[in-house]
Parts: sequence; structure tokens; C-alpha cells
Amino acid sequence: MATDVSTIDTIYSEGTEHSKIIEIQAFGFWIYLMTDLVLFSAIFASHAVLAHNYAAGPTGKDLFNLPYTFGETMVLLFSSATCGLAMLTLQKGRKAQVLLWLAITFFLGLGFIAMEIKEFYQMIQNGHGPEKSAFLSAFFTLVGTHGVHVTFGLIWMATMMGQAAIKGLTMPVRSRLVRFSMFWHFLDIIWIGIFTFVYLMGVM
Amino acid sequence: MSGINFLVTILKMRAPGMKLMRMPMFVWTTLVTNVLMIFAFPVLTVALLLITLDRYLGMHFFTNGLGGNMMMYTNLFWIWGHPEVYIVILPAFGIFSEVVATFSRKRLFGYTSLVYATVAIMVLSFCVWLHHFFTMGAGPNVNIAFGISTMLIAVPTGVKIFNWLFTMYRGRIRFTTPMYWTLAFISTFALGGMAGVLLSVPPADFVLHNSLFLIAHFHNMLIPGTLFGFFAGYAYWFPKAFGFPLSEKWGKRAFWCWLIGFYLAFIPLYILGFMGMPRRMQHYENPAWHPYLIVAAVGTAVISVGILCLMMQLFVSIRERHARRDMTGDPWDGRTLEWATASPPAVYNFAVIPVVQDVDAFWDMKERDVAYQQPTKYHDIRMPKSTAKGLLTGGFTFLFGFSMVWYIWWLAVLSALGIVFMVINRACDDNTEYVISAGEVEKIENERYRLLASAAANRAAEGV
Repeated sequence: MATDVSTIDTIYSEGTEHSKIIEIQAFGFWIYLMTDLVLFSAIFASHAVLAHNYAAGPTGKDLFNLPYTFGETMVLLFSSATCGLAMLTLQKGRKAQVLLWLAITFFLGLGFIAMEIKEFYQMIQNGHGPEKSAFLSAFFTLVGTHGVHVTFGLIWMATMMGQAAIKGLTMPVRSRLVRFSMFWHFLDIIWIGIFTFVYLMGVM
Repeated sequence: MSGINFLVTILKMRAPGMKLMRMPMFVWTTLVTNVLMIFAFPVLTVALLLITLDRYLGMHFFTNGLGGNMMMYTNLFWIWGHPEVYIVILPAFGIFSEVVATFSRKRLFGYTSLVYATVAIMVLSFCVWLHHFFTMGAGPNVNIAFGISTMLIAVPTGVKIFNWLFTMYRGRIRFTTPMYWTLAFISTFALGGMAGVLLSVPPADFVLHNSLFLIAHFHNMLIPGTLFGFFAGYAYWFPKAFGFPLSEKWGKRAFWCWLIGFYLAFIPLYILGFMGMPRRMQHYENPAWHPYLIVAAVGTAVISVGILCLMMQLFVSIRERHARRDMTGDPWDGRTLEWATASPPAVYNFAVIPVVQDVDAFWDMKERDVAYQQPTKYHDIRMPKSTAKGLLTGGFTFLFGFSMVWYIWWLAVLSALGIVFMVINRACDDNTEYVISAGEVEKIENERYRLLASAAANRAAEGV
């Protein structure tokens, strides 16, 4: 029995505990991302079913402006790159640089959302709102759900910048920033799916 | 979210030596249930989101006009809905497994095959959703594929039935209330399962679709399967949670009322289904159905008496709680680790995390005579703090849903802001844990060992 107790001591000693907790939290967040992936796949599938149900309304070819959407894509991809740089500086513990890169990421994300809102606004102004056909319903919902995710990402990022500025790069703050960057990259991957299946295949 | 909590806890925070293949069956079924929850519920979220957009913003996902597709709703709903019935029933399968092993005083027969059967059900449950609407008109090939996958899922379920039967074979069975529920489950559930295999044949389903035969089938699965399972688990773990066992006398009365009432209420529905009676009728005029429906009504009355017996059981047991007090923490001579703790357990469950060497870890410890050794020294224990934040977030979510349903826009906006505020508030919280000092742990544990010693003395006195 005495030997048993000492094995537990080594397993649960303080030093390993912190890294273990971060690992467990990151694992939980990975599973959350997978549930989000299931959610997006169900919407992608609905979009695939309805993608050609134009109901005599406009098609993707009539509506999509590829160069504009490509610009949007680039903005989001660059924000992912700057988010990665923020993580690199986080590892070195340089608070000012972390905040700088996060701020750049934030404004790129904000730009992406602004561009998306402008696209939606113009379509609705031209009478091509989501209530006009099943295709448009699916388009607005899929792209919009991604947009809502990015918006919540922006709120989260603002919160994290506040936390990093006030509390410094403490253990919980680092752990949360790591999970935030996972979320941000995940949204990038979803967007690549949207750009391919909705926009590129939509104009084909 | 709770699915993720459970899954990560089970996969990442097990006791030393608790390999996956040493976990209690209930933990396995919980693990599989959580995987199902994690994969199935996002689809329900999407189905609800899309129908909300249809209703509130005039979109065309499931409408009949402008390119909508009505059957897509049915598909999305049942892609969640079929795994959901396994989400409901698998924990009960786990309870039955624990109960059978404990009260047969034997290790679960074919533990490994039970684990694999559970995992097979997890995979197959995502491949059968279309059997809820064979009559949609998807064509013979699609129907046959889903018919076969549905029949396939009966195989792992059958494996489980045989595992439970062979666990009892040559066991020293104690006929307690949880065991009564389990025995009734095994026989009644097998009956409903056979009706299910009959329904999985698409041509038969075309005849029986929307009839009372289907109603009889799924009640036959869910009442003995899930409800009896939860009753068994309720009687089995009640002493662990509250420190005193429930009245066996009233439990058995409730059991007999439920069992007889169940057969009276639902067997006539099978017959009525064959006679062509559809479900969800507001009234009927066919005199041939009348006698069977009267029998079914009598059955529901007997079940109501069963419910009264359950209330009586709780009342009587609480009244006699001091006389019934269980000092040992192990009233059933249990096999798994939860019985090693006091009843009710201390907030930290285990003062020293036990080292697991076998499937039935606690039984194994008792056999090696190390189950009740008091450790020589204790450590500080870190505990999660109680917080109202989750409850408040849930409250705001409820308000949001309520105000959306009734078009109360100002409340919808306020509660949505409330949700965001609570989430941000929680995301900034660094102090989510507190520490119980080693001294305090020692005090609680000493009290526990004092109770154990007095219980042993009482037993010895009774023996003399």
C-alpha cells in the first residue's frame, strides 16, 4: 500500500498538474470544435440539397463577385497568419507584441465582417434576400452562420486583449489564448470550404 | 457541453490503473452516450435553426414553395432523433450491467464483448435514421439499405441480452428491487426488440406505419428499457447518494404494479395495430377496437398505482431514514469503486485516489483485503468552487427562448445580452477552485473509519 500511495504522489504532484490541466482543457476544446464541425456539415449538406433550387430567381453566377470574395478570403487568411504570430510571441512571453498582433488580427477580422455585411446588404437591396428562394436561404444561412462565429470570435478576442492587458500573460490567460487561436484557425478552414463549395462552385 | 465535460473527464482523468478496459460498464455506456450526444445534437441545432429561419425570416428550407424541401426537415430531425433513442437507453443498459453483476455476485459475463457491442451500437445508430420514414418514397434500394442496417443493430443488442443472462447463470442471485427491474427488463425488452426487427422490414413497415403497432413497439423498448433501468438505478444508488436504502417492500409493490400495468396497457396496442388502428386519433367509432382499449385503460390505471407506490416508497424510506442508516457505504456488497466511499460520499469522493488493478476494482480490493485500509497521510485536495454562473446563463437562455416563442422582442434582446455578459464574465474568472486542507480531509476520513468500525462491531454483535 505504501508504494501505491507514492505512485499517486508522483502522478499528482504540483509541477505536472498545470500542464496537465491545460492539456485537458485544450482536448475539451478540440471536441467542442468537432461539434461545431458537425453543425457546419449539416448546414453544408442542407446547402448542397438546395444549391440549385433557384425558384426562377438569380443563380450564383448572377450574384457572386469573385474578386470581391477573394479579397474577403485573403483578409481572413491574413488574420489567421497574424493570430499565429501572436501565439509565437505568446510563447516568448512578450506581452506588448502579443497585444499588437492580436489588435491587427482583430481589425482584419472586423474588415472581413464589414465586407460580408456589405455583400449581404447589397444583395438584399437588389431584391435578392434570403426569402426569395431556397438557394438564397441556404446561402445566407451558411455564410451568415460563419459570420456570426467570426463576430463572436471578435468579442472573445476583445475580451482576451483586455485580460492580457490587465492581468498580464498569466497561466489562465495563456491557456485561453491558445484555445482562442484554435477557434480562429478553425473558422478559417470553414471559410475555405464555403469559398470553394458556395462561391467557386456556385459560379461554375 | 455536458457531453464534452463527461467525455474529457472519462478519457483524461481516470484513476491510476483504470485502463479503458477496466472501467465499469456504466462508465462505458456513459462514454458512448456522450459521443452520441456530441455528434447528434449539433444536427438538431441545425434543424431547429433552419426551421426558425423559415418561420421568423420567411426563408425556404422546408417550405413547399420556392425550392424548399420538406423531407429535409424529417431527415435532419431523425439524424439526431435515432441516435437520441440510444442516448436515452444506453445509460440504462449500463445500470442493468452493474445491477446484474452485483446481485449475481459474479463478474459481468463477456465484459469485452459488452464493450464492443456498445461501441457497435454507437456506430450503427447513425446509419438507421431513415427507418423512421420508409414511406417517404426514397425508393427500394435506399429502404433496403436502411432496413438491413436496422436489423444489424439488433445483433449487438442481442449480444448484451445474452451477456446479462450468462452473468446470472450459476450466480448467487439476490432478488432485490433493482434486480426485479432488471429481470423484467430482459424479458420484456426482448419482446419489443422482436417487434422492432419486424418493423425494420420495409414492406411490413408500409403496412404498420403510423399504426398502434409502432406505438406498442417503442413504448415496449423505452418503458422496460429506459424507465425500468432508471428505477433500478434509483433503488441501487439511492443509499450511496443519501446514506439510507429505499424500502424494498414498497419498491416491489411498485414493481409488480408497473409490470402488470405495462403488459395490460401495451400488449393490446400490438393487437390493435394489426387490426389497423392508427395512432393519434381524437376519437374512434370501431366497436371491434373497444374491448382492447378498455384493457389498455385498465393497464394505465394499474401503472398509476405503481407511481403511487413509488411515492409511498420514498415517503416511508425518508420517514425511517435513521433506522435505515447505512454506516458501511457498501450496502449491496458492491463490486465497483463507488461503494468504497462513505454514503453519502465526502465532497471530494476519494481522499486518496485508489489504484485500480482489476475490472471490478472494489471487489478485487476486498478479496485482497486492502479495501478498508486507512492511508497513513492525507494531502490537500483541490476542488472546483460552486458557482451560480452556469445557472444564470441557463436562466437567460430560457428567457431568450421564451421571448422568441412569444415574440417579446425587448426581452429577447435583453436576455441575449445577458447570455453574452455571463459567458464573458465566466471567461474572465481565474478563481474557480478552492483547497480542502489535509487536516480537514483527515478529520472527515477519521469520522468515516469510526463509523465503519461501529458498523463492523454491530454486525459482530448481531452475529453473536
